[in-house]
Amino acid sequence: MDADRVSRSLTRIAHEILERNRGVEDLALVGIRARGVPIAERIARHLKEFSGIDVPTGALDITLYRDDLTRQKPSAQPLIRRTEINFSIDDRVILLVDDVLFTGRTIRAAFDALIDFGRPKAIQLVALIDRGHRELPIRADYVGRNIPTSRSQSVQVRLQEIDGKDEVEVEG
Amino acid sequence: MTTATTLRSKHLLGIANLEPDEIDLIIQTATAMKEVGTRSVKKVPAMRGRTVINLFFEASTRTRMSFELAEKRLSADTLGMTTAGSSVSKGETLADTARTLEAMSPDMIVMRHASSGAPHQLARICKGSIVNAGDGLHEHPTQALLDALTMVEHKGRLAGLRVAIVGDLLHSRVLRSNALLLTRMGADVRACGPATLIPPGLDRLGVTVTTKMDAAIEGADVVMMLRVQHERMHGLFLPSVREYFALFGLTPQRMERAAPDAIVMHPGPMNRGVEIDSEVADGPWSVILDQVSNGVATRMAVLYLLSGGDDTTARP
Repeated sequence: MDADRVSRSLTRIAHEILERNRGVEDLALVGIRARGVPIAERIARHLKEFSGIDVPTGALDITLYRDDLTRQKPSAQPLIRRTEINFSIDDRVILLVDDVLFTGRTIRAAFDALIDFGRPKAIQLVALIDRGHRELPIRADYVGRNIPTSRSQSVQVRLQEIDGKDEVEVEG
Repeated sequence: MTTATTLRSKHLLGIANLEPDEIDLIIQTATAMKEVGTRSVKKVPAMRGRTVINLFFEASTRTRMSFELAEKRLSADTLGMTTAGSSVSKGETLADTARTLEAMSPDMIVMRHASSGAPHQLARICKGSIVNAGDGLHEHPTQALLDALTMVEHKGRLAGLRVAIVGDLLHSRVLRSNALLLTRMGADVRACGPATLIPPGLDRLGVTVTTKMDAAIEGADVVMMLRVQHERMHGLFLPSVREYFALFGLTPQRMERAAPDAIVMHPGPMNRGVEIDSEVADGPWSVILDQVSNGVATRMAVLYLLSGGDDTTARP
């Protein structure tokens, strides 16, 4: 998937969000660190462009909510980055944004994290890539592209803001 | 400098065992942990199911509460033991206490002890991680780490900072841990105190030692005052408290010699009118209360990083 397709997917997702929610007044975007954050910011720019309204956008680090933190030891603990949600999520429709949807465990952790911040009216899930192999009953409301993979492969999403270019590659 | 992704030891016994990249990792993690304290639900499940024993053989209020709060914010199960009313007051040795606790298989033990090296002995007996919360005249690593976080927040860096540490240098584990950390991170450290309270060989830590307060403070970016530890003064160290204040007390007049945007730190508890004037302690220079809130975040970072976990596979 090249830069052009990534960009077209995000534009389409922004349109779908507007269509499905009939307005953006009570929407907010929350990107999951690391690569969900720039994707959320890009969708926010599209929403501003199409509707003229600034949708509040935040960043969520789910590390402290992972279900595999205390399973084995000792080894490296994942690095924690800052969660930045500078608005109330109470009674808003939260668009949770991640780059790749795989087992669903990251999303489960994100639900727990979000609910510590308040009680959203609803949570909708945005994923740039859905690669299948779910281990939990979770599905995305907006998908950029479905990519069939085998479990042993890895899907690399690279974004301009973090990696210097937009690209999606299946490796292995 | 690249940041480490993990601590190399499963214990935190002292700054002496930490490399600069590990210090950087702890400071970065603590910065992220601060955000948890700003939420309405100030708790994350990272250490759910882990047992932490707080073993305080020496009086402590802020350090013990700070550790306890850090443990609770990470969802660990905590239990505390203080000397009074415990088996220690019945004459049990540290080694036997350690073996008894070990039989309860805690994941982590946070210990303060009046004897230097006590946590090291514990680490040889117990399988869990040991965190030194102050051992005798030796080290108080989490204090130095929270001080470093406070300096980074206010000054943006540690390298090249001019730091004056003033007071009872002899009895201060805060000095030792800070001197080790700050010199390792490239700061210029001056230590100042009365000649009777300067331990021999202090200059070998790479700090400039002086008995002249004005010389120590001149151009300093950070002035760190140490508490006069009356409880450890069994000898004739000081002629009088009033003389000590005249020579080594931090007053607004003395602060004029420091850099214009200098900050004042104190590990607490403060003796107002002994080592620090109230006007300074409550003045615009003071970041003493920042140190307290950074203490919780720093201890959360240390506990989290030592508590291990499985990162051999990529994020799910």
